[in-house]
Amino acid sequence: MGFALELEKAGIPTIPVSTHAFARLAKATTLAAGMPTVRNAFVLQPVVGLSPAELREYIDGIDPINKRPFMDVVLDGLTGPLTDEDYKGATFERTTPRFLEPDTEDNLRQRFMLEGWTDYLPIILPTEERVEAMLKGTSHPGDLFVNRMAPTAFREKWDFDVEKVAINAVMAGCRPEYLPVVLALCSSGFSARSSSTTSWATISMINGPIRDEIGMNYGIGAMGPYNHANATIGRAYCLLSMNAQGGSEPGVTYMGSVGNNWNTTACFAENEADSPWEPFHVSKGHSPDESTAAIFFGGWYTQAGFGPRDSWQEKFKRCITAADHFSPPFIVMDPLVAKDFAKMGYTRDSLREWCAENAKMKAKYYWDDQWTTTLIKPHADAGVEPYATWMKADPEDMISIFRPEDFEIVVTGGQTQGAFKMISGRLVGGAGFRAGTSKGSPLFSIDKWR
Amino acid sequence: MTQKITVMDPRGYPPKVEGKRLATRPERLDGKVLYLIDCLFDNADVFMEQLRLWFAEHMPNVETRLERPKESWVDDPEMRRRVVEGGDVAIIGVGL
Repeated sequence: MGFALELEKAGIPTIPVSTHAFARLAKATTLAAGMPTVRNAFVLQPVVGLSPAELREYIDGIDPINKRPFMDVVLDGLTGPLTDEDYKGATFERTTPRFLEPDTEDNLRQRFMLEGWTDYLPIILPTEERVEAMLKGTSHPGDLFVNRMAPTAFREKWDFDVEKVAINAVMAGCRPEYLPVVLALCSSGFSARSSSTTSWATISMINGPIRDEIGMNYGIGAMGPYNHANATIGRAYCLLSMNAQGGSEPGVTYMGSVGNNWNTTACFAENEADSPWEPFHVSKGHSPDESTAAIFFGGWYTQAGFGPRDSWQEKFKRCITAADHFSPPFIVMDPLVAKDFAKMGYTRDSLREWCAENAKMKAKYYWDDQWTTTLIKPHADAGVEPYATWMKADPEDMISIFRPEDFEIVVTGGQTQGAFKMISGRLVGGAGFRAGTSKGSPLFSIDKWR
Repeated sequence: MTQKITVMDPRGYPPKVEGKRLATRPERLDGKVLYLIDCLFDNADVFMEQLRLWFAEHMPNVETRLERPKESWVDDPEMRRRVVEGGDVAIIGVGL
């Protein structure tokens, strides 16, 4: 859609073709771009997996939204004279007031749900008094700009300041001392409520002294609902994302087909003391006394296992090759597992390299994937390595499916079981698809928001 | 619970929307250059090829050129420049 809008602005009549499932989203997007009369044509969902003959039937058939022959919509859209509405576009200002109209607590709770401002779990209503108390958790003024956020790349970005973060932190149930952590996550400008059809989620991890200062759990049940700070910080980041970016409404600003529980809350801390390796943030160039937030973008799958047993190498190969090829895993190890790997002589980096080198599959299976085709193949076509080499491989050849830098390894848990999880999640700000695209530390400073 | 209270709005600050006009349309497509832009979603290239075949069969006087950006979801000013400089109209799909 972004291309279509830019081409229209540049004087090229353009018809964006979308599937019918995106009709509301298309309308909302063009309206927010000031061009509400863009002449969209639609075909039925899906397009993926259909044969050329089936797609030709779409072209020869009826546009399911405009209720006219598809090609009539296309040709009329390209040649039909402009109307007054087309010429003027739509200029308007939307404002969000600082305060809502006074109402009873029951009515306000109902309103927050009806407006789509909650995750449908109970919230703390953000009165001015509560928000002021929350703001005592940071030295920064409420009107300080924090960042911009959008549910996806082609939507307009909305601004938010420290006060908006504090409001959503109140709603989530945070205590004021958690606010610097929530601000760090939100300062990423990276939405925890992506609108993608693939139901992305963010999972965040905290390192450094702040973990103990605010009583985060990195022991038994570290990734479960067993700690006030873990639970409410992750929830605050999710609530802020949906509210600051202008919504997370199914069909309009959220298109995740299946959805994702991690869009409710997903935040934990690393167990630095019981890890055999340096803390994760130290491995990224920070000092141990800094506090940082890491954001993993994924949440598509979780593989799990125990050990490492004698056959761990086969287990790891099975887990990694069962991962979705586009979304590499970050590996979460209980300290018992990490210690055993350390005893075998593995460092974080050498284990990452082992994973990349040994988790292989036939090239034909790697490329037979919607997202490697959509997102990685263009890099292969452009000659970016290792994708170009993987693309040239014989379909029967065994190829790696991730690079060492695609893996991250973190340690958390209470040592009641030698358990590990491989969770879909690419480190935000980390290794992109091109070598050298990462700039500096990918972690977000918590200390700057104290 | 009937006492009224005042609470704060949790939403961010939306940008001002500036209206933009659509491009002027040609009266007909005969002799025009139509760019068919594959937005790189899986199977979009197959759809665009079918559109190209449709024009070849039904409107052979329209010159079609297949085009694609470097990456999905990432602007490609170089591709847009090629379309603006060399084309009259465009169709892009399939997706958002």
